[in-house]
Amino acid sequence: MITQTTKDYLVRLLKKEERRDGRKLDEFRKVMIEKDIGENAEGSARVRIGNTEVIVGIKMQVGEPYPDKPDEGVMITMCEFLPMASSSFEAGPPGEDEIELGRVIDRGIREGKVIDTKKLVIVPGEKVWTIFVDIYVVNDDGNLYDAAAIAAMAALTVTKIPKLDENHEIIEGEYEGKLPLNHTVISLTAYKAENVIFLDPTHQEESIIDSRLTVGVREDGKIVSLQKGMEGSWTEEEIIKSIEMLQKKAKPFIKQVVK
Amino acid sequence: MYLLKRKKGDYMEDKNMEIVYPGSVIIDSLDVIPGQNVYRVGSKVISKRVGIVVKKGSIINVVPLNGVYIPKVGDFVIGEIVDIGVSFWVVDINSPYDAYLGIYDTKDFIEKESDLADYYDVGDLIFAKISKVTRTKFVNVTLKDPQAKKLGKGMVINVTPSRVPRIIGKGGSMIKLIKERTNTRIYVGQNGAIWISGENMEIAAEAIFYVEEHSVVKGLTEKVAELLDKRLGDANGKKDKEE
Amino acid sequence: MVKKIKRSDGRAPDELRKPYIIKAGVVKRAQGSALVQSGKTIVIAAVYGPKKVIPKHLEDRDKAILRCRYNMITFSVKDRKKPGPDKRSVEISKVIANALSRVVMLEEYPRTLIDVDLEVIQADAGTRVAALTAASVALADAGIAMKDLMPAVAAGRANGQILLDLTKEEEDAEDAVDMPFAYIPSTGEITLLQMDGIVDLNEIKKMIDLAKKGAQQIYELQVKALKERYAALATLSEVVK
Repeated sequence: MITQTTKDYLVRLLKKEERRDGRKLDEFRKVMIEKDIGENAEGSARVRIGNTEVIVGIKMQVGEPYPDKPDEGVMITMCEFLPMASSSFEAGPPGEDEIELGRVIDRGIREGKVIDTKKLVIVPGEKVWTIFVDIYVVNDDGNLYDAAAIAAMAALTVTKIPKLDENHEIIEGEYEGKLPLNHTVISLTAYKAENVIFLDPTHQEESIIDSRLTVGVREDGKIVSLQKGMEGSWTEEEIIKSIEMLQKKAKPFIKQVVK
Repeated sequence: MYLLKRKKGDYMEDKNMEIVYPGSVIIDSLDVIPGQNVYRVGSKVISKRVGIVVKKGSIINVVPLNGVYIPKVGDFVIGEIVDIGVSFWVVDINSPYDAYLGIYDTKDFIEKESDLADYYDVGDLIFAKISKVTRTKFVNVTLKDPQAKKLGKGMVINVTPSRVPRIIGKGGSMIKLIKERTNTRIYVGQNGAIWISGENMEIAAEAIFYVEEHSVVKGLTEKVAELLDKRLGDANGKKDKEE
Repeated sequence: MVKKIKRSDGRAPDELRKPYIIKAGVVKRAQGSALVQSGKTIVIAAVYGPKKVIPKHLEDRDKAILRCRYNMITFSVKDRKKPGPDKRSVEISKVIANALSRVVMLEEYPRTLIDVDLEVIQADAGTRVAALTAASVALADAGIAMKDLMPAVAAGRANGQILLDLTKEEEDAEDAVDMPFAYIPSTGEITLLQMDGIVDLNEIKKMIDLAKKGAQQIYELQVKALKERYAALATLSEVVK
C-alpha cells in the first residue's frame, strides 16, 4: 500500500526534479536484456528494468492468412500480468490494462513494419506463419510498457523459423533460419505527474502518475506509433518535447537489442 | 464561447432567456460570485450544465434544464418505501441515492418490538423532507414537518427534476391553477415525482407535462389555462353526451 | 513517390467530411443521447446515470465511476463483425473513458455509476473520434456536470498529404497514417492521442495543428446540437391542439 504521505513526498521531490532513488527525471534504472531464455519458444527474451521483469516468448505456428492479406504472415500479440507480479493483479481473462499494453506493443512492431511478413508465406493464400508474441509480466516495479517493448523486440531478433516437412508440419528441434526482420522498433514511454514529465517510474512513482505517452521509435528515427494512456491530458508542447526526448532515448536500446 | 451580456437583476425575468452549455463562459468578471452549477477559471465564470443563467445579487447560478435528482437538505420529495430495516425504512426518492427514514423521524409513536411494516409498508408513498445529506451522499428524510405526510391512493408521474420550480410557478401560481381548474389534489416533490389524486388527474398530468416541455417560456400560465379549458370542456362535453 | 492528388470525395485537406451532423436527444429512454454522422460513419451515444452501482462493493465513495462501452454492431462493416467485445473495442472503450474523465465532474456524484454506451452503426473510419464527440454531447444532454464539451477528430496522412478526418479509403493508402485526437477547447488540453503509421516529428506537429482546427469546428457543431435540442424549451412554438 502506498499512503498519501508517500505520494505527497514523491510529488514534492518530482517538483524539485528529484527522485527517491537519486535518478534524474529522464534517467532509466539499470536495464538488462537477456535473449533466448526459453527452450520451447522459437525466440525469447527477458528484460529487467530495476526490479521490473518482463519475459517475452515468440511461438510460431502454421496458420491461415487474413483474407485481405493472403500473401503475408500473421502476428498476434498477447499480454498477461502474472498474479505473482503484483498484489493488485488477479488471475483470469486479460483485463483492460493487459489488453492495452499488448496492443500498444503490437502497434509499434506492426506499424514499424519490423517483421518482413511477406517472407512468411508457406502456400500463398492458404498457409502462412503465425507469429505469437506472448508477453508475461513477472514482476511489476513500474514501467511495464518499456520493459515489454524492449523484451518483445529483443525476442524477435533471435527468433528462428521451424523447419517443415512435406505435409507442412513442424519438425521439432530443426530450424530453417532466422525470422526476417526489416526494422527495429522500440516503444518508450514518457510519464506525467503534476505536470512534471519523467521516464521509467518505479511502481511507487506510478501511484502519482496521471498520464503517459508511448512513442514507437524506429532505427531510422521515424515515429511509428503514439498512444496517450490514462486519464490525464497533455499540451501540444509537452507532446513534442516528449517525442524528441524519447527519440533520443530509444537510440541506445535499438543498438542494444540487435547486438 | 457564449458570453452573455446582461443588465443587473433577475435573469429569469428576461424575455429571451439564453441557454448555456458545459464550457460556456457566462461572464468574465471578478465582481460576481460563482453559485450553483458554475465554476470559475481565472476571472471567468463558466457553466457546468445545460441551463439558464440566473443572477441573484452578485451570485451567478445556472438553473439546469435536465439531469437526475441529487438530494439537497430542505427539499420536499415524494418517495416510495422499498425496504424495511431494523430501525429504519429505505425510501426510493427517484435519485441515484436512496434515502433513509429513521423510526424517530416519523410523527407516529412506534412501540418497541413492533413490526415497522405496520406503520409504513413497502410500496407506501410519503411526502417527506430531506433532513441530512452527507458528503458521500447518504441521505436522511423526515416526516416530522407540518407539511410532510403519508400519501394515499393517487397517481405518481415523473418529470425532469430541474423543471419542478416552473411547475410550481411563482408563489405556487401554476400548480394552484392546475389544481383548482381540474379539482385535483397534487403534491410536487423537488425530486420530480408528482402525486395527483382526483377525477381529472389525467388532465392535470397533461398540463404538468406541458409545463415541463415549455418550462422556459413567458406567458406559459395563459397557455396552460387555455389548455385546461379546452380539455375540461371536452371532458364535460363527453359526459353530457353519455348522460 | 509523393503525388498531390485530390481527395476522392472532393474535400480540401483541412475539411471535415460531409455531411458532418450532430444531433442531441436521439434516444428517448436514455438520460442523454447524441448521434454523430461523419460522412458514412454513424455513431450513437446514450448515457444512463448517474445511477446506483450494482454490485454495491464496486462503489467509489468519492466519485462516480464512468463506464464506456464502445461497440460495433455486426453489420456496421462489410464483413460481418463478430458480436461482443474484442481487444480493439476494449482498448477504445478505455481510451474514451479516460479522455471523458478529464471533463466530467465525477466528484459531484459519489457512489454512482455513469454508463456511456457507444454504438457504431456504420463504420467508415474515425469511429472512435465520432463516438467520443457523441459521448460528451450525450453527457451534457443527460445534465451531468462537465467542465467543457470534448470534440474529437482524426488527422493523418494519405498519399503524401496531411489530411483531416480520413475516410476508410484514405486510411487504406500505402503511406497512410491515422491519428485520433481529442481536446478540451477551453484549456487546450489534449485528452486522446493515438497514432498508427510511419511519420517524422514535423508531420506530427502538422497533424496536431490540423486536428485542433477540425476539433474547433466540431465543438461549434456540438454546441449547435445542444442549442437545437433545448431551444424548444425557450420558445412557445407549439400551439395547443
